[in-house]
Amino acid sequence: MSHPPLLSAQDIACERSEHTLFQALGFELGVGEALLVRGGNGRGKTSLLRILCGLSQPAAGAVHWRGAPLAHVHEQYGREMAYVGHVNGIKDDLTPLENLRLAADLGGRVLDEDAAVAALERLGLGRCLDLPARVLSFGQRRRVALAGLVTAGALLWILDEPLTGLDVHGVALVEGLIRDHVLAGGMAIMTTHQPLSLDGLTPKSVSVGD
Amino acid sequence: MNLYRYASPATFHPLAGRLVPWFAALAAALAAAGLYISFFVAPTDFQQGEGYRIIFIHVPAAWMSMFIYIVMAFWSAIGLAWNTRLSFVMARALAPTGAMFTFVALWTGALWGKPMWGAWWVWDARLTSSLILLFLYVGYMALQAAIDDPRRADRAGALLNLVGVINVPIIYFSVKWWNTLHQGASVSLTRAPSMAQTMLWGMLVMALAAWMYTIAVALVRARTLILERERQTEWARAVLKEEA
Amino acid sequence: MLRFLIAVIRRDILLAARRRGDWLTAQFFFIMVTSLFPLGIGPEPAMLRTIGPGVVWVAALLACLLSLGRLYADDHRDGSLEQLLLAPYSNALLALGKAIAHWIINGIPLLLIAPVLGIQFGLPADALAVLVLSLAIGTPVLSLLGGIGAALTLGLRGGGVLITLLILPLYVPVLIFGAGAVDGTLSGTGAEAHLSLLGAVLVMALLVAPWISALALRVSVE
Repeated sequence: MSHPPLLSAQDIACERSEHTLFQALGFELGVGEALLVRGGNGRGKTSLLRILCGLSQPAAGAVHWRGAPLAHVHEQYGREMAYVGHVNGIKDDLTPLENLRLAADLGGRVLDEDAAVAALERLGLGRCLDLPARVLSFGQRRRVALAGLVTAGALLWILDEPLTGLDVHGVALVEGLIRDHVLAGGMAIMTTHQPLSLDGLTPKSVSVGD
Repeated sequence: MNLYRYASPATFHPLAGRLVPWFAALAAALAAAGLYISFFVAPTDFQQGEGYRIIFIHVPAAWMSMFIYIVMAFWSAIGLAWNTRLSFVMARALAPTGAMFTFVALWTGALWGKPMWGAWWVWDARLTSSLILLFLYVGYMALQAAIDDPRRADRAGALLNLVGVINVPIIYFSVKWWNTLHQGASVSLTRAPSMAQTMLWGMLVMALAAWMYTIAVALVRARTLILERERQTEWARAVLKEEA
Repeated sequence: MLRFLIAVIRRDILLAARRRGDWLTAQFFFIMVTSLFPLGIGPEPAMLRTIGPGVVWVAALLACLLSLGRLYADDHRDGSLEQLLLAPYSNALLALGKAIAHWIINGIPLLLIAPVLGIQFGLPADALAVLVLSLAIGTPVLSLLGGIGAALTLGLRGGGVLITLLILPLYVPVLIFGAGAVDGTLSGTGAEAHLSLLGAVLVMALLVAPWISALALRVSVE
């Protein structure tokens, strides 16, 4: 990979209520690369992802996107990065399609409805397009959030445990989604406790809190 | 001199420890002198008799209640701007003392009001604003108490404190405006009739005593807060072991 | 920028429309609280006319606080607040949009209900007009300042009660100028001065509150 790194983290440290979770953590990530964050429960994987999103500040160190600190490129980063956290961030009272439309509105994009329906169908939600998310199962709601990644058109995906709550079929679908995205010149950062198989793609990895 | 050195908790803790007895002693001496002036030197007021002597407590307490809130806002602003943890600790350490002085000002105001106006409580502009100031202190402390994570508690409290301090003049103005429009309660606590020179001295000395007391108590409280937060560090453990 | 603001406002209105039960609670609270005062005080018309403006205004403050508790709480729980904060626009714009949406959803209904309640208290027509006008200028301030409180108490135990403790003291000027305007009309001293002061408070709140709310959201989400 000869691309210059787009995302770089230098010497970042994270503290949670007087505890140091990790420190001196650093990595670089360029296009066509994926990063797997490893570490046991409570070691700061989620905290690291939230720092990489710009939702929280590291206790030390800095994260740069295209060479600029995250705080300075909030708006550009917001367009180029998509985050799916522990909770899905979808509204229970809206249907899957309405949720995607809402996300597009807030991101300043116009939703391509056909593409959105295709993304939802690809994730096996074809039958639930008109149901409010409230009546969907946990795994189905997870899929709605992940379908949002496809329609967001972001370069970098940051995924916190994307495979939780998915059945075997769903896991395979999401693995395929991530793989296609990265191989097409995207970037992905994720945590997972489950084995992840991305054919033809070896993610970089970084460990927190050893 | 490197000021940042004193902003480090490990340096501040012992330094504050050495300063506390001095401020406490000064507070005691000044309070003794102030009380002597107020009770024995200051003349009996020909209109209000002996009862007026409560202003030697009331007026300094009212001054301090307002002043401490502003000092807290100062520390909060510094903390938010430069991310210095000690500033948040100072703001937090001052709050209970500020609330205490506000309460004292209200209480003594009521005690004074009874013989002067024949009522414990009059919706006078100053009393009303003091009451709202007490609410602001209570809100700040309640917010701090509700948040477990000290980092969040610091910042959230500081933001509330800043919103409060922007609002204090507006509140004060609105209450005064409200007061002049409604009843003609022209009696005002600080418009004491023809203040004698010695009365002014008594109040100033008492105010200084309140100052010194505030500094001493805030330092003691800040020391405890620092130890609690830094208990993971080497130096804090050493201190705790020594004190145990 | 304006597009994002409109997107946030439309989003909240859409969500409120899907949950009409929640929305009606605050409005009925407003009606009930004001109706309790005559029962507690007695039905003498002169007395009711004197306390009317104050009662309606105090009830409006409380009704507003009741709905503010949920301004960010639902979005925080389902994770959509994070998505909103990460959107490619300034967080202050988000806070402004949320406050405007809150005002449209909860403030405007108060304006429509208030004249009816004013009639119950025997307010004359000109006082009713001033009451609505003062609420129209004052309730946006309640939404803006309340947004700060909602952001600060996000996810805390007892957040709903805490927010009243934090925010009610800050509402004092709005209450004084708002109720004062109606009083001024009743007593013949005029309402202009009160209304212009209320307007000044609104301008200040518009300039300052969204930024502080944005900072508070950041602190609370971290």
